[in-house]
Amino acid sequence: MDRPLRLISADTIVGTPIDALARTVEALLVVASQPLTVDELVAATEDDPERVETALGLLRERYAEGRSGIVLERVSGGYAFRASREAAEACGRLFERPVERGLSQAALETLAIVAYMGPVSRPEIARVRGVAADSAVASLVERGLVAEAGRESGPGGAVRYRVTPLFERVFGLDTLAELPRLDDLGGETDAIRERLLAVAEARAS
Amino acid sequence: MPSAVRDLELDLDAFEGPFDLLLTLILKDQLEPAEIDIASIVVAFVEHLTARDRIDLDACGEFLVLIAALLEIKARQLFPEEDAELSELEPEEAAEELARRLAEYRRMKEAATWLRERLADGRERFFRLGPAPLAPRSERRLAPQDPVLLADALRGLAVPPPKVSLSHMALRFPPVAQFLERFRAVLRRRRVFDFDGEVAGLSRVEQAVAFLALLELRKSGEIALAQAAPFAPIRVSRDETERTHAWTVRSA
Repeated sequence: MDRPLRLISADTIVGTPIDALARTVEALLVVASQPLTVDELVAATEDDPERVETALGLLRERYAEGRSGIVLERVSGGYAFRASREAAEACGRLFERPVERGLSQAALETLAIVAYMGPVSRPEIARVRGVAADSAVASLVERGLVAEAGRESGPGGAVRYRVTPLFERVFGLDTLAELPRLDDLGGETDAIRERLLAVAEARAS
Repeated sequence: MPSAVRDLELDLDAFEGPFDLLLTLILKDQLEPAEIDIASIVVAFVEHLTARDRIDLDACGEFLVLIAALLEIKARQLFPEEDAELSELEPEEAAEELARRLAEYRRMKEAATWLRERLADGRERFFRLGPAPLAPRSERRLAPQDPVLLADALRGLAVPPPKVSLSHMALRFPPVAQFLERFRAVLRRRRVFDFDGEVAGLSRVEQAVAFLALLELRKSGEIALAQAAPFAPIRVSRDETERTHAWTVRSA
């Protein structure tokens, strides 16, 4: 064999070297104003999904918290850059965050109901909260945290709402499955029931 | 009469102003009772009371009556269709149902707290936001093409298409007169003939024109027509009687 012996790294076997692909992915993420999914990155780079994942792995290492002013994070089902914690204070002096600014308790409760129970209609939200949810829902829709998602079945069914990808992004969630389990939250049904029964008995006697 | 209750200043999510006005608006249906957080009204009143030296029993009584009425209006509005359903429940079942709802609400309150903490923790989360003008994705990818082939294909398209011949569309009608003469000639030779036999072998259009000629001859009284049954052969004969009759009339 007269062919010279060469060291071939696994990265260079298919198409371009992985570093070049990582640079392209990096550029796409910088230009994007919303998280990009692996599928979108594959379509844009016209490259292999596995190689794109590898490139993302390299970038996550490079843009880990504490290593750079920007951080690459997995959020809302895709990948996106954000400012590092270090730089956040300075960002706060220059930039406003209108989406999450001044969310009232009513809005947060409504948001929680939509996130956990969505798609859910306003009457259903009112049933849980005991207070009409119209203004809270309207403000959440305006902020882009909640969006309409069809109607309840039947004629004149109420509009249903679900949380948006922006919600996941603002709260730093990859998917809604990352919300804490409801069972772990305030599961004191028994205690409440006992208290109610005690009151009822006191009134009966 | 000035009243400590009616002049109570409120600052709620859905309303800001005196309690008196709030009640008026609700009674006039200009404000949704469901939007009003009644607990905050109670808190406002209690704060109002503590700011004074002595307890105003009249004010307390009035407040209790008003706030109870408000609660009832709100409760009825929130669960209009459930009145019957709930009243049928045994006290224990009702307590159970109420406990279930309270627990559900409490869980949602906890979830809201979790979201708030997450937000406070995320004070460090700054990211680019804006409408993402993603390029429209082409649905179909075409295989790479040879420009010369494409040019040839285009050149083929640039040639004006051959004119489409419509000649087959025109129907040729032979003149009716042609068949008038023909039938008269036949009748000169024979007294009776069969229409179907006579036009057999002609085209559809010619047969139709021949039939029109037949009707013409019948109209002018030159022939008589007979057909045993629908679709049976049409027999054509010289109309002797008619003609004789006409002659008689004319010669009279």
